[in-house]
Amino acid sequence: MTRLRSGPQRGAMGGVRSTRASRAGRAVVVAVALLWSLGPVVYGVVLSVRPYAEVTRDPLGLPTELDLSAFATAMRDEADGGFGLGRFVLNSLGVAVGTVILSILVCVLGAYAAARVRYRGRAVTNGIILAVYLFPGIVLAVPKFVILSRLGLTSTLVGLLIVYVAATVPVALYMMRNFFLALPQSVEEAAIMDGCSLGQLLVRVVLPIAIPGVVATAIYVFMIAWNEYFYALLFLVQHRGLWTAPLGIAQLGDFQVPVTVLLAGSIAVTVPVVIVFFLAQRYIVSGLVQGAER
Amino acid sequence: MTAGPTQVRPGRARRAAVTRPTTAAQRANRSGWLLVSPSLAVVALVVLLPFVLVVVFGFSEIRLVDIPFLGTEPVEWTLDNFRQAAASQAFWGALWTTVLYAGLTAVGSLAVGLVLALALRRPFAGRGLVRALLLVPYVLPVVAAATIWKTALNPQYGVVNAFGRAYLGWDTPVGFLSTTSAEVWGIPVPVALLVVVLFDIWKSAPLAFLFLTARLQSVPGEIEEAAALDGANRRQVLRFILLPQLRAVALLLLLLRFIWSFQTFDDVYLLTEGAGSTQVMAIQVYTELVTKADIGSAAAFGLLMSLILCVLLAGYVLLSRRTDES
Repeated sequence: MTRLRSGPQRGAMGGVRSTRASRAGRAVVVAVALLWSLGPVVYGVVLSVRPYAEVTRDPLGLPTELDLSAFATAMRDEADGGFGLGRFVLNSLGVAVGTVILSILVCVLGAYAAARVRYRGRAVTNGIILAVYLFPGIVLAVPKFVILSRLGLTSTLVGLLIVYVAATVPVALYMMRNFFLALPQSVEEAAIMDGCSLGQLLVRVVLPIAIPGVVATAIYVFMIAWNEYFYALLFLVQHRGLWTAPLGIAQLGDFQVPVTVLLAGSIAVTVPVVIVFFLAQRYIVSGLVQGAER
Repeated sequence: MTAGPTQVRPGRARRAAVTRPTTAAQRANRSGWLLVSPSLAVVALVVLLPFVLVVVFGFSEIRLVDIPFLGTEPVEWTLDNFRQAAASQAFWGALWTTVLYAGLTAVGSLAVGLVLALALRRPFAGRGLVRALLLVPYVLPVVAAATIWKTALNPQYGVVNAFGRAYLGWDTPVGFLSTTSAEVWGIPVPVALLVVVLFDIWKSAPLAFLFLTARLQSVPGEIEEAAALDGANRRQVLRFILLPQLRAVALLLLLLRFIWSFQTFDDVYLLTEGAGSTQVMAIQVYTELVTKADIGSAAAFGLLMSLILCVLLAGYVLLSRRTDES
């Protein structure tokens, strides 16, 4: 019975048919992989709904009741006895949304040129952009810090926004170019024949069919900005009111904050990203791995 | 195709079909530069300019307190930053730690990704869901992931130590994130470093899995079937058909992960802050800049790092050229 169901796609080919042993092996690998990937996450969620005293007394125990007070404590303002994560989340949201808007505006244009327009110097500019994508970012942290603090922007969210746009433009360009390359060219050619201007072509012809790619890139950019930690630490560590969500959680870890509250905060900032990522997962993945199929 | 049979061949033929070829080319030139200029402006302002500056800083004596006077005083050139780096134990120690960290991470995440990609190659009920769930560690914000791992490894209330003491007979809790080295059956093991490597493998293996899966999907089924008809068994199919197909992309992944892990700051700093001999280069740059307030020295460390990375990047470009051609 099971043997019959196992190999409809391989039928008579004895050598590559899944055997019972290989299927059992696969089941073990899949189970271990899921445990390895999700185990820590499940552990974090479980701890975040247990009372702190119970966690320290019995680390291996399971929650006896659902205690959501850690989430409320994490989010509430310091004035109300909380840890101010709500404000950090708003800071993060502002910077991340700003980054998405600016980065996507710049990249839609650049990526379209890289994918479609045959201008002189195209090979060179494409090369520069790829080089920048692969360039070690940490090396530029030092001069960026110096420039922005000379301009008085290191203790502002604007400074962070500038750095994030710079950090996301190369990867967004790369992803969006892949999406544009995958679009059928004939529609655009017809539009050019009909005397469409460049602006009309982009807004009326290209963007409507490229929307899934643009959205996927936007989500990816949002994730980078939302998750970023290093520059937030470098720029804003002294300014508690401006902390982003990741910086806030990391900094609170050094204070005497109950671990359940920290985990509740971590879960709270994770859930939105994970949900949004999975909604657009198919597109994001195809934009990232394009070129690997060869 | 709207323009009929004249447009069958791409490239030159298409350009000839446009009525005024010179104007069209000029127009393409103009709009190309128009479109790409914002991107180039961003790149120039926040990549090329900083790069020039980091070279200047590396070769000059400059500290955090000098920032307000930048641009008002002439630069005094010096090689001191590099001399000090080359003479310092911290630099060479960090370099070795970083190479070890990046190497182990690259190999580990490729191996895990490969096992997953091969295990999930054939369709089965729920495969799509499993694939999606395996991506969770990759999507998780690094701060959230590190918080969870730190909690799990905590000596007082962490689940790992509690489990080890309850079921594995550990006498004392293990400080996973602060122990430089511990003897396991007489062999010294760099505990903290291995933990941060495991963490990075956990976070980055899903990406390797994605790339390898994409490559596997494009292996034509006929090759495999032909091999099976010739009597090849599963192991031979894997060894002689699948793995050679994956070689190029696997090499690229190995190199890319090494390059990325070589510059890792977040993961290591969040887990250990450099304790337990996990001072990687990026943390060293951060320490020089923030703790020691020495911009020149931080820039020099960064430049030396990028020198090593440039060699690797050249390797990457060569490799991807070869992959493109084949």
